[in-house]
Amino acid sequence: MNETPKNGLWTPDQPMVSIKDVHKSFGPLEVLKGISFDVMKGEVICIIGPSGSGKSTLIRCINALNDIQKGSIKVEGIEVNDPDLDKLELRKKVGMVFQQYNLFPHKTALENVMMAPIHVLKQDKADVEQRAYRLIKKVRLEGKETSYPGELSGGQQQRVAIARSLAMNPDVMLFDEVTAALDPETVKEVLVTIQELAEDGMTCILVTHEMGFARELANHIYFTDRGVIVEHGPPASFFAEAKDPRTQEFLSQIL
Amino acid sequence: MGSHTKSRFKRAIPGLDSGTPPMTDLPVLKPVFQGSRETWTWPTIAGVPRLAVPAWMVGLALIAFALSIGAAQAQAGAAAITFWTAFPQWLPFIMEGFVLNLLISFFAMLLGTVMGLGLGLAQVSTLDPLRRFAWLVTQFFRNSPWLVLLFCFMLLLPFRVKIGGSEIDIPGWTKATFALSLPIMANIAEIVRGAVLSIPIGQWESAESLAFSRRQTMWMIILPQCFKRMIPPWMNWYAILTMATPLCSILEVQEMMKSTREALNALGDKPELVAPFYTFVLVVFFVYIYPIARWTIHLERKFAVKN
Repeated sequence: MNETPKNGLWTPDQPMVSIKDVHKSFGPLEVLKGISFDVMKGEVICIIGPSGSGKSTLIRCINALNDIQKGSIKVEGIEVNDPDLDKLELRKKVGMVFQQYNLFPHKTALENVMMAPIHVLKQDKADVEQRAYRLIKKVRLEGKETSYPGELSGGQQQRVAIARSLAMNPDVMLFDEVTAALDPETVKEVLVTIQELAEDGMTCILVTHEMGFARELANHIYFTDRGVIVEHGPPASFFAEAKDPRTQEFLSQIL
Repeated sequence: MGSHTKSRFKRAIPGLDSGTPPMTDLPVLKPVFQGSRETWTWPTIAGVPRLAVPAWMVGLALIAFALSIGAAQAQAGAAAITFWTAFPQWLPFIMEGFVLNLLISFFAMLLGTVMGLGLGLAQVSTLDPLRRFAWLVTQFFRNSPWLVLLFCFMLLLPFRVKIGGSEIDIPGWTKATFALSLPIMANIAEIVRGAVLSIPIGQWESAESLAFSRRQTMWMIILPQCFKRMIPPWMNWYAILTMATPLCSILEVQEMMKSTREALNALGDKPELVAPFYTFVLVVFFVYIYPIARWTIHLERKFAVKN
């Protein structure tokens, strides 16, 4: 759909997201100390690690919610660490889903999905509405179109949030611990939604504590601790042959 | 939500709840309010909050009014002018004054709200100088005595302007309205600022990640959520403003207070008429403002429960 490089710099054989030596500090506290990795189109990447290791900060940097002090983040050739960055252009390509859903409470599920395409992309309202119905159906919430977020369960709200992001037709989806605030029963319905997305070929970067999910779906797992990538690899080798003691300790605690 | 209708306490408190013996013979301070405050709602008629001033309040006001007349009559003796002959005659004149009080309160509120919204938004602007300036303006008008503001603007603003070839008089009450709108502006600005800052940061972040501009986020996502929580304090300021409108009488604005004074003047400044006339003014203001105050409390509770 949107694969033609805008400025001729990016082609689909290049990494869709390219992160190089990223440093990020909050005041004197350095939370990212030189992180690098690439994400190819259609890949599912899971970032795991103890809390406070900088995982969330890292993916928030990818869509410029946080700025970085050093290094480079490129999304389809757009340099994020650029004072003249066109944030609008970047955020049209990158969708993000948050731990706390952050739906707009004064709008119905359908309106939540429709708002950004209508007001940001200035798309035709009737078309957007049709697409919004399809997206609500895709996240299996048919019949909930007119419900307000307050009337939906956590899992349902999170699926509306996913649909809302998808309505912008992003090329990459970022998931920031999207199941961490959910009841155990509703975690699964959200994970199934993400799985279906991944199977459709969506490029996904997830910060997650769901090891089972990471093992099943990830193409590559990155383990971060104290601002650096300690260990990484495809799930099979990552879980079987973790070498670093920090990784081993973390996995023994969580599995 | 409906689970705690009976008792606010989950466990029985020894000595307080029935059937539990006290664990101590020391005096126990009982909770001031033992009912279920959360579930109490203002009585409504067909869904509309009952605005009627409770009968006993009106009764009290009328008794005060009657007593003041009674006292006046006792003093007046056999004089020709009594309250009952003078009052009906001057009532339309006095009420005409009250209409001006209402006009001043409406327009000052309207102006103050519009300016206050702008000033409040300026206070949460990303532009540093604008934010500081807005803060300064807000603090200045919030902390100035209203009467002094009235004096200043009555003198500062021209009483006549030339537009083209014709001269137009600016009536005093419009100047007073403008002066009163300034402290309202400052206080509304604080309400707007507080409401905007009370919206969780996640709303800004999700709007930002959906590529909404800051302006779009403010007007389409943040402010609509603020609206409800701003209404009760906004109404509260309207009540305060209306009570302040008689201040304009000092500046020769023909509002209720001044009309009453002139009526008494015309009646020869009889001491026995002063009390009932001014009591009447009080009663009129009370009957107008009290329902607004009750409604404000009702809305506050209603929105508090929903959030």
